[in-house]
Amino acid sequence: MTAMLKINTLVKGYGGLLATDHVSLELAPGELHAIIGPNGAGKTTLIGQLGGEVAPDSGMIEFDGHDITSLAPARRALRGLARSYQITSVFPEFSVLENVCLAMQAHCGHSFGFWKPMLTQTELVEPALRAIGQAGLSYRATTPVSELAHGDRRQLELAMVLVAKPKLLLLDEPMAGMSHQESGKVVQLLQGLKGRYTMLLVEHDMDAVFALADRISVLVYGRIIASGTPQEIRANEDVRTAYLGDEVLPI
Amino acid sequence: MMRWRISAWVAALVVLLLLAVPLYASLAPEPYALTFVSRVLVFALAAISLNLILGYGGMVSFGHALYMGLGAYAVGLLAQHGVTSGWVQLGVTVVVCALVGAVTGAISLRTTGVAFVMITLAFAQMFYYLFVSLKQYGGDDGLSISARSDFGIFTLASPIALYYTALALVLAALFVMKRLVDARFGMVLRGCRINERRMQAMGFPTLRYKLSAYVISSVLCGVAGLLYANLTGYTSPAYMAWTVSGELIVMVVLGGMGTVFGPLVGSLVLLISEEILKALTDRWMMILGPLIVLVVLTARRGVYGYLLDWDGYRERRRLLKDARSAEGRP
Repeated sequence: MTAMLKINTLVKGYGGLLATDHVSLELAPGELHAIIGPNGAGKTTLIGQLGGEVAPDSGMIEFDGHDITSLAPARRALRGLARSYQITSVFPEFSVLENVCLAMQAHCGHSFGFWKPMLTQTELVEPALRAIGQAGLSYRATTPVSELAHGDRRQLELAMVLVAKPKLLLLDEPMAGMSHQESGKVVQLLQGLKGRYTMLLVEHDMDAVFALADRISVLVYGRIIASGTPQEIRANEDVRTAYLGDEVLPI
Repeated sequence: MMRWRISAWVAALVVLLLLAVPLYASLAPEPYALTFVSRVLVFALAAISLNLILGYGGMVSFGHALYMGLGAYAVGLLAQHGVTSGWVQLGVTVVVCALVGAVTGAISLRTTGVAFVMITLAFAQMFYYLFVSLKQYGGDDGLSISARSDFGIFTLASPIALYYTALALVLAALFVMKRLVDARFGMVLRGCRINERRMQAMGFPTLRYKLSAYVISSVLCGVAGLLYANLTGYTSPAYMAWTVSGELIVMVVLGGMGTVFGPLVGSLVLLISEEILKALTDRWMMILGPLIVLVVLTARRGVYGYLLDWDGYRERRRLLKDARSAEGRP
């Protein structure tokens, strides 16, 4: 089976610092791969390069059999690579439904419609409502996003990523800032999506990571120091050392 | 149950009053009123066009008067050479504004923020000096227009025809805007204002949509310029000066950025208060300036925003009352 995502010796430096230090990684279709690492390990930089917002210095990114290293973010999204943001960046002035419809619209024909209201177009509204349901937000569909609680906004972020049925989900800390209860809801949600989508998850919540991931890679100072199943990572001596004094690995 | 929305009633009242202005002007008789409100409508049309990119698209163009000037010169230059057909002038206005808009827009939209403000200003000044240097067409002094645009079935030489043409165009533009901002195109444009990076991450080639909005806005502003030249019987580089661009921005911000009806309210409020204050004192700007500052500071969406906020407040109170009575409390 060919890999859904193949990262080949990716390098990105800022000044003298290598934020991404020869990272190679492969994701099989349907796999949920988690990336963990202490603060400043370069996780967000890596996600940025996969999303296309940060250009790597060298190396190659292959997605679904195509080289996408120099593709613009919009083009990657249209090929089925969707990302959610660490800092919630939904559209606060729009309603939940409008947010998700807009995300759908990017994948559904052109946007040079000047007359027909977006919310009357079933090809947008139907999948949007489905994705809102998947993300567990149905009861909030018409609420303006500015009135949503933080946890609900994170769920909306997921609905916007899911709506276009992407091939690969880049999830940048989907549980950031959530209460224990809220993150439990998201874990359940991702559990339900597992196997149907290929997912790359960057997350600080170790309970969530070890509950969800098929494989885990540990990133420290831009370098992958270990990669394997949750059991292998738990047993890995290097990982324990890397985390010592920073965050305690709940093993 | 039909709810009583203040903003909608005010909008309807304004439109009714505008329809009745020619009647008042001929009965009073006060022909100046007709000229004055015609000017308000012309600027309203330009402000509506600017609102599309400024209020909905978040593109602060500081050179939008350029297109008013181009529209005005399309009338002036063609009339000078004996072409007085309004349709030809309109066609030239549309084509020229679309071309200039597409070229300058494609360059300016590579930048954002202050750089965009400066580059749009630079393009407008470039054309300003181009027309100043055209000595055979009056240069700095401008060009008087001997024959107004003739559209066959009607001619803009008649002040009443000009007035109703301007009013019809303003109302049509408002209606189109109302549809447009909730349609696919409008949603993408508004999304770009709120978070363009996110729009790109979702898969929108945002430049394409922003540029289209810029071109549409330019063309509409050009049509306002065509009317303006017919209203004053004169065209000059001053029409595309940066002060005019600034005035358009003030109208949009004052009336209500990102609201459909706001630009019309803004041009009404600005030009009418200008007129009143001018009659009172020579130092009218000293009063008008602080007033504008006050509105902008207190209302995020300008004068029309006050009404919308008021509607929102009433709506929330009603919901609260409903909720309370549902709980069985008074």
